[in-house]
Amino acid sequence: MDFTSFAKPSNVDGNNENNSTDLHFWKHVEYIENHGKDQDDYEYCMTEFLRMSGIYWGVTALDIMNQLDRLDRTSIIDFIRRCQCPVTGGFAPCEGHDPHILYTLSAIQILCIYDALNEIDCEAVVRYVSGLQQFDGSFFGDKWGEVDTRFSFCAVAILTLLGRMEGTINVDRAIKFVMSCCNQTDGGFGSKPGAESHAGLIYCCVGFLSLTQSLHLLDVDKLGWWLCERQLTSGGLNGRPEKLPDVCYSWWVLSSLTIMGRLHWISAEKLKQFILTCQDSETGGFADRTGNMPDIFHTLFGIGALSILGFEGLKAINPTLCMPQYVIDRLGIKPQILSKP
Amino acid sequence: MEQSYESAVGTIQRILGLYFVKCLKGGKMSDSDSDDWSEEWIPYSERNEWADIVPIPQDDGEHPIVAIAYSPKFREVFDYFRAVLAHREKSQRALELTADALRLNPANYTVWQYRRDILRALESDLYEELDYLDEVIRDNAKNYQVWHHRRVIVEMLNDSSKELELTEVALERDNKNYHAWQHRQWAIKTFDLFENELSFVDRLIAEDIRNNSAWNQRFFVLKHFGFTSDVVQREIQYTMNRIRVVKNNESAWNYLGGILKYEDNGTGNCHQEVLSFCEELYTSGVRSPYLLAFLIDLYRDQCLQQSNVTESDVLSRKVFNLCNDMSKKYDIVRRKYWQYIAEQFKENLAEK
Ligand SMILES: [Zn+2]
Repeated sequence: MDFTSFAKPSNVDGNNENNSTDLHFWKHVEYIENHGKDQDDYEYCMTEFLRMSGIYWGVTALDIMNQLDRLDRTSIIDFIRRCQCPVTGGFAPCEGHDPHILYTLSAIQILCIYDALNEIDCEAVVRYVSGLQQFDGSFFGDKWGEVDTRFSFCAVAILTLLGRMEGTINVDRAIKFVMSCCNQTDGGFGSKPGAESHAGLIYCCVGFLSLTQSLHLLDVDKLGWWLCERQLTSGGLNGRPEKLPDVCYSWWVLSSLTIMGRLHWISAEKLKQFILTCQDSETGGFADRTGNMPDIFHTLFGIGALSILGFEGLKAINPTLCMPQYVIDRLGIKPQILSKP
Repeated sequence: MEQSYESAVGTIQRILGLYFVKCLKGGKMSDSDSDDWSEEWIPYSERNEWADIVPIPQDDGEHPIVAIAYSPKFREVFDYFRAVLAHREKSQRALELTADALRLNPANYTVWQYRRDILRALESDLYEELDYLDEVIRDNAKNYQVWHHRRVIVEMLNDSSKELELTEVALERDNKNYHAWQHRQWAIKTFDLFENELSFVDRLIAEDIRNNSAWNQRFFVLKHFGFTSDVVQREIQYTMNRIRVVKNNESAWNYLGGILKYEDNGTGNCHQEVLSFCEELYTSGVRSPYLLAFLIDLYRDQCLQQSNVTESDVLSRKVFNLCNDMSKKYDIVRRKYWQYIAEQFKENLAEK
């Protein structure tokens, strides 16, 4: 398949209807581009509190599709600047909201993609992130003190992207905390010590170990087996035993296996088919699974997973940071990735 | 599980994993104008007690990236909320306003945070807040903010007496709800509520033998009490009995593997017993990939510890045959994994 031969949106997918094996490339571009432009989009208004992440999902997906120029760089950067909290240095999802480490990562990721870190006060971000680390090495998500391995990932991802991991946090303790969330029964990770293994949190912990160059701490064979057990007969992957498959879990399992050098342990072809059936051929966008309503979140992870699977016409994505690989290269960052055995 | 999620009125998102995972369901998002409370609704602009407040509309800046069409009620409630927030007004009416705002959008964490500020300032009755939360959690059981708010309130009260019941109710509706399990573990750890947890877990496993969350909770509880050899022995019996009922149960097999590791040096009686159990299943024709994977592990470990060459050959042949069967018959989709396991084993043997 060659996307360069696809016409632009005017005669979208003309002869692709009902063929689930094709990627509705231009429909997805249109879907992301129009996301938020729709005046009646109730979903959009209900998700104001995660706007920053919404923009990151859209920007990244469009860049992976080589269509970044469809969004207005200047207004996005202006928006991000307005969201930086002058007191704490963290980023809010939207003006009028409180800062949180989740949106701080999204903001930094967008700025890196636009090569625009100089537009904000990076020192303040470093202070914000290091201030969230606790004595046991864990991280708060914000001043309210929720602890979660997601926040450990966010912290090291932000500092890595800013090139400020050295001397800003206690990395050894951070690693110790993450490893204390590893479960002896299945080799996976949960949100806190003792919490059930969960593919999304495994991605956070494996990604964390990749960024701190400590993948040797993983029981790769055991965790790899659990992860590839997530593949169901539909080809899709679930996030926990006995749960339904989902495009976003497919990304989390797939990226974890890629970081661990074990992508080949699952059937890429079947997964690709599953992801393609989750496209909405009318509106564009991907849903969590076949037949459901698409949203921007699953659209990024659908596109991202296809990129990892080597789908033609998509830029390479970095499995650890879920950002275009060329951006990671430009920053000179090298998250650890294990080689195929 | 999905069903109870769908039925959770007002839940617009599940929040899991790294980001806010929005698994929005088509048609499930009720527009705020069409819900059950619109009849008695009096706009804030028509309420005397709010006459002194000038609402602040959403300002998206000069070049809005987002142009938002709010429903009139939604817009008004949040315009008043912004005004109250701007004045840092902490009053009973502001508290009630946050409840309206959260009813419209329970995932808006800024409103929750401000609600906590008000509760503190007013020194409100926090037991009333717990009652309020019982209701909100019932309708929004997969929302990060509501559970977090609950935790903060319980900490402020330093009273966890209602948490086991609350989570039990949530788990009755969805026995794998990650938030409910997290909250339960937090309460158990923080307030030392381990005592009766094992019987709760027993009940859940009896109800749904494949419930991975319940098996995980079992491990969580026993790890707290300590894996004495009695406990290990008992748990192995327990798990084998559950596997006899459902053979292809990933959770039970993983649990068995986790427990077995607590037996000293891995060569004790339990190992022998589990091996006989597995072989018995195999001989009776069971070909669950979990059983075969477990046998491969056991034979491999035994083989690598075996000094007698003949014995070792018998075991290694078993490992290779099983790996071969997995990759060609019982787990074809993961054949690369089984080929790798066989390769690894070959290398281990060479190094032996
Ligand atoms: Zn999903």
